[in-house]
Amino acid sequence: MLPYLLIPLLPFAGFLLVGIFWPYFRGKGHWITVPLVTLSWVFSVRAFMVTLNGPPLHFVLYNWIHSGHFDASISLMVDHLTATMLVMVSTVSALTHLYTVGYMKDDSGYDRFFAYISLFTFSMDMLLLSDNLLELFIFWEAVGFCSYILIAHWYERKPSWVAANEAFIMNRVGDFGFLLGIFLTYSVFGTLDYQTIFRQIPAHLNDTIVAFSAFHGTTPYSVMTVIALLLFVGAVGKSAQLPLHTWLPNAMEGPTPISALIHAATMVTAGIFMIARLSPIYNASPAALHVVAWTGALTAIVAATIALTQRDIKKIVAYSTMSQLGYMVMACGIGAYGAGIFHLLTHGFFKALLFLGAGSVIHSLSGEQDVFRMGGLSKYMKITFVTMLLGSLALSGIPPFAGFYSKDLILSNAFHDGSLGHILWLIGVVTAGLTAFYTFRLVFMVFSGKERFAQDGHHGHAPHESPLVMTLPLVLLSLGAIFGGLIGEHYDVVGFLSQDMSIPHFALRPELSDSALKIISVVAGGLGIALAYLFYGRSSNVPAMLANGLRPLYLISLNKWFFEELYDNVFTRPTIFLSYLLWKELDKGVIDMAVNGVASFCQNSGGAMRRLQTGQLQNYALVMALGLFGMVSLFLFMK
Amino acid sequence: MVPLSWYVALSSVLFLIGLVGVLIRRNIVIVLLCIEIMLNAVNINFVAFSKYQHVIDAQIFVFFVITVAAAEVAIGLGIIIAIFRLRETINIDEFNILKF
Repeated sequence: MLPYLLIPLLPFAGFLLVGIFWPYFRGKGHWITVPLVTLSWVFSVRAFMVTLNGPPLHFVLYNWIHSGHFDASISLMVDHLTATMLVMVSTVSALTHLYTVGYMKDDSGYDRFFAYISLFTFSMDMLLLSDNLLELFIFWEAVGFCSYILIAHWYERKPSWVAANEAFIMNRVGDFGFLLGIFLTYSVFGTLDYQTIFRQIPAHLNDTIVAFSAFHGTTPYSVMTVIALLLFVGAVGKSAQLPLHTWLPNAMEGPTPISALIHAATMVTAGIFMIARLSPIYNASPAALHVVAWTGALTAIVAATIALTQRDIKKIVAYSTMSQLGYMVMACGIGAYGAGIFHLLTHGFFKALLFLGAGSVIHSLSGEQDVFRMGGLSKYMKITFVTMLLGSLALSGIPPFAGFYSKDLILSNAFHDGSLGHILWLIGVVTAGLTAFYTFRLVFMVFSGKERFAQDGHHGHAPHESPLVMTLPLVLLSLGAIFGGLIGEHYDVVGFLSQDMSIPHFALRPELSDSALKIISVVAGGLGIALAYLFYGRSSNVPAMLANGLRPLYLISLNKWFFEELYDNVFTRPTIFLSYLLWKELDKGVIDMAVNGVASFCQNSGGAMRRLQTGQLQNYALVMALGLFGMVSLFLFMK
Repeated sequence: MVPLSWYVALSSVLFLIGLVGVLIRRNIVIVLLCIEIMLNAVNINFVAFSKYQHVIDAQIFVFFVITVAAAEVAIGLGIIIAIFRLRETINIDEFNILKF
């Protein structure tokens, strides 16, 4: 049990040591956290090796709550899904820790940053290891908190804490649904333990619930559908699916290492992990699966269209993350959980690579993030260029890089999923083309062409390659981006994962698509790259012409489909207006007036009454005598 | 035998004289003396009722009242002398600092 317990506990120990004694570290926090996280990685790999051929392992650490029929324990469950995810999370986390040593050098919050990413690693590990919904929810919230605190790392800057608040509040919306889903699960199944729930599902398949009984609704809904959709709301928030996605691109205000670790590779994939983990619940509800699939597909294409016109290097990568998350959710929606998780794994490597590469570029340009003010960087930073190129090829789905295998698996699964699946497949292919286009737009803008950054200006020094602690993670991750797909394909990771997850509609295990499908998606990717080269690889005025010619489309893309404006006008502004109204009118006008009125009445009447106190003894005596006289007369009259 | 009502009338008159004296006189010594008159008016009442109802308790009470009155006069005069030393006056209208 101890080797498995150490996987989460080592980063936690790092958090406690650095977090409590941070004033004594003074920029040496990495000497504690990096070795501990690396050790945790070793144990994850060991756990993976053990479960590779063995049965799932299950340990109860302690019974946390035991109340009536309610039992909740803190446990570790290491099955194939968890073990595979653990390896990916610990790898990316360890490399990000290493990268941070170079990226956050001389930052005032250096040790604090290490403490929090270690805390995040602990929470994410525990989220993966949980064996019941309550434990999952606790660490689901814990990773959300770490995300919040890390986005707000530079809390003196207003955009940072605004973005952090947005991420936190947006996730609250999702988590509210998630929590309702957990409540409903408990009230239906009487337990929160995964295995017990899964065993009981057949007995509840035809149960119904009147969902809107509070509003005198009478239509019964399938209880499994309601549970699945409510839990999915949590995944929508956490995994930045439409319509709760706006926090993810804005979260790029945080330091780049956390964008790579939390907002690309690990935390945002928690939603997909949750769906895959609870796949029996989703399999029980075809309607919910449809919603999941369509949400994913729409997210994929909407995010891809937005990424076409963004200027901020990190936002481009962020929107591509959102788009790829859409792919994974879509894969889960068509029941191809294994393919979704496979894509999650490969994506974790190449997207972390792209983010860390983007961070390296930003680092070398002293904070410049606008791709229109970069260019020609390939001759200054060769390692970053090559590794980012590999990552981009992987993201674009070009064989034999990692993204090709996993993305292709999702697309072929979609294609084989009936006529509806054909539409999903088409959306996926178009998205793949768009992905290749905007990815290579970024590559060409940053690494080739004229040098558009300020040559001498305020940066003070020419762009330079980043130090070894930053390039080493890039190189290691690019190995994952090159070989991750091949290895996964060769060792049949999907089949391995499917041991824990049932496949719903079609009994046959997902096979790779026939070569035609393969060729179509590769051609779409290649076309995207070629277009990107024509537009941005050499000097061309086509992009400007297109932007003018298709102005409405261009504006939609540039303004992110006006989601932020919509939320601003529908939720934020009315809320602020209402609050303002309540403050100025109700609070100041009614409540304060009542309170102040009572106070000033007392003050004024007291001011008048105190004139009675003359200090003249004889006045008092007179009043006493009159009072006595009055009381005696009253007494006599009453008698 | 003198009827009870006469005693009560005498007592009332004395009490009223004392009360009016307390209320209207400026000289603080006179005020103190008027308080004594009021106390003695009460004493007359006590004794009269004691005599007519054949209860001895009231007369015992009178002794207490007389004792208290004596103590009160001693303290009262002491206070008056102290005030006089401080303010150089025994006009009660001057002693009005205990107010808003």
